[in-house]
Amino acid sequence: MKTVWKTAYRYRALYLLMLPGLLYLLINNYMPMLGVVIAFKEINFTKGIWHSDWVGFHNFKYLFATSDAYVITRNTILYNTAFIVLGLILSVAVAILLNEVRSRIRKAYQSALLLPYFLSTVIVAYLLFGLLSPEYGLMNKAVLPMLGLDPVYWYMDPKYWPVILTLVYIWKSIGYSSIVYIAAIVGIDQEYYEAATIDGATKWRQIRHITIPLLYPIMTIMTLLAVGKIFYSDFGLFFQVPMNSGPLLPATNTIDTYVYRGLMQLGDISMASAAGLYQSVVGFALVLLSNFAVRKINRDNALF
Amino acid sequence: MKKEYWPVHLFFGIVTLAMVLPIALVLIASFTDERSILSKGYSLFPERWSLDAYRFLFESDPWVILDSYGVTLFVTAVGMLVSLAVTAMLAYPLSRVQLPFRTGFSFYVFFTILFNGGMVSWYLVFAQYIDLRDTVWALIVPGLLLNGFNVLIMRTFFSGSIPPALIESAYIDGAGELRIFAQFVVPLSKPVFATIGLFNTLAYWNDWFNSLVFLTKAKFYSLQYLLNMSLLNIQFLSQKSQNAGAASFSGLVPQETMRMAMAIIGMGPIVLAYPFFQKYFVKGLTIGAIKG
Repeated sequence: MKTVWKTAYRYRALYLLMLPGLLYLLINNYMPMLGVVIAFKEINFTKGIWHSDWVGFHNFKYLFATSDAYVITRNTILYNTAFIVLGLILSVAVAILLNEVRSRIRKAYQSALLLPYFLSTVIVAYLLFGLLSPEYGLMNKAVLPMLGLDPVYWYMDPKYWPVILTLVYIWKSIGYSSIVYIAAIVGIDQEYYEAATIDGATKWRQIRHITIPLLYPIMTIMTLLAVGKIFYSDFGLFFQVPMNSGPLLPATNTIDTYVYRGLMQLGDISMASAAGLYQSVVGFALVLLSNFAVRKINRDNALF
Repeated sequence: MKKEYWPVHLFFGIVTLAMVLPIALVLIASFTDERSILSKGYSLFPERWSLDAYRFLFESDPWVILDSYGVTLFVTAVGMLVSLAVTAMLAYPLSRVQLPFRTGFSFYVFFTILFNGGMVSWYLVFAQYIDLRDTVWALIVPGLLLNGFNVLIMRTFFSGSIPPALIESAYIDGAGELRIFAQFVVPLSKPVFATIGLFNTLAYWNDWFNSLVFLTKAKFYSLQYLLNMSLLNIQFLSQKSQNAGAASFSGLVPQETMRMAMAIIGMGPIVLAYPFFQKYFVKGLTIGAIKG
């Protein structure tokens, strides 16, 4: 034990280097973890957070008695499921097709695909508003009249938004999510294809029987990692992109936006923190579970 | 592999159009005459072009935009540099296998990726305990300054690319640990600094969430948040610039086009810098193979 401390003393400068980062994580990450106790309290600001009364699981009972709990859980999970399934199919398809392009235009295609990933969700909200603005948008002013349809009040009617948000998500993320598959395809041994060509396999059969099967492991891993995050949603996508529109809430409210509104707009701290803890705990269990599954497949790809 | 099938190009032609078209629409709308928009809506082929939106924004009260540009530039520059320093300083010791308690500290970093206390208590920490509300630090410190993933990426890079023998020989030659870090490790790690620096720059430049939660006064509105406000409230910009030059635009204030011009002003730097950083970004993703 003595020698450990001796070695530690010899490396004291390294501990000093770590200090700012460790302190930051203490404040930014670990203090909020202690703060989850708020979910078990009835917050009264005159008494202060620590001296507010304990109410046990009251906040959770209250939360799950409302229809909100069901709606936000359903929305979060259904959107993520659609994102995972469509995202997987499309990013693999894009990667395979891009691999068929050998000319220099390939770079231009990839740049265009990746560009939306770098725009903030506020900018994305503007771009969508250009298309969907009720008075001046391209849809209501040009596209729908051309098809002989009546204008639609997009920001008032929730029924369109599951499709709109899924399209926006795919538009923004497809370039990024296909990168890992592009890299994997580049890594496939060319001899497989040469042998298949000699045997007379068509392009389609080569993709079907060589490329896709060789991508299965990475597809499984990416999917499992995404499943681990299924209880979390991109706050910007569900808050900024629908422009925080009230009538759309049945289709756009997720756990993250619910917690934000509870805290900042309604001042219902107890309810917001109950929903937040519900998300953290289930989310944590899902990350552990999905990581366990990834480890079973390939140890190197697991987070831990 | 030689012959390229035209349907592939057709597919990517359509995809490229779908990616670029919404941006082109907003760009063109920002250069459209307000009256064309009022009668025909946003269009890719406007009846009349005009620079009114930009003239109004910069002539009536340029400081609305310039101020928020200043805030965003300051926040991005300071945030990126401090974040890079803190991340590297935490990651480097974790890459040194001889360091006692290394696994414990690694877990301390790693656990922050797995579990979080949620937004409510996070907000209360920075609003009640350390009150950063309505200061420029609220845009730099909470959430964005350090992220466990980046620490792990850097640690992986340091363990893979800095030969332990080099550190050993520098130590024997009498260099202290801090000097080894500053004079040998940092210069050898330019690629990972470029990558993490790029991630940080984008995160700070595109952030509006911290403004949304921690700011109530307009003084430190970041560019993205100014954009957010002018999207949700069309009068926001014209109200903010009701003084001075507004009179020279007697009659029609180009509200609709001004809003679109704001979006262009906001995304301009990212789109212009895009060709330069795209390569590093894709490369960076591949060096960032994370292991716990």
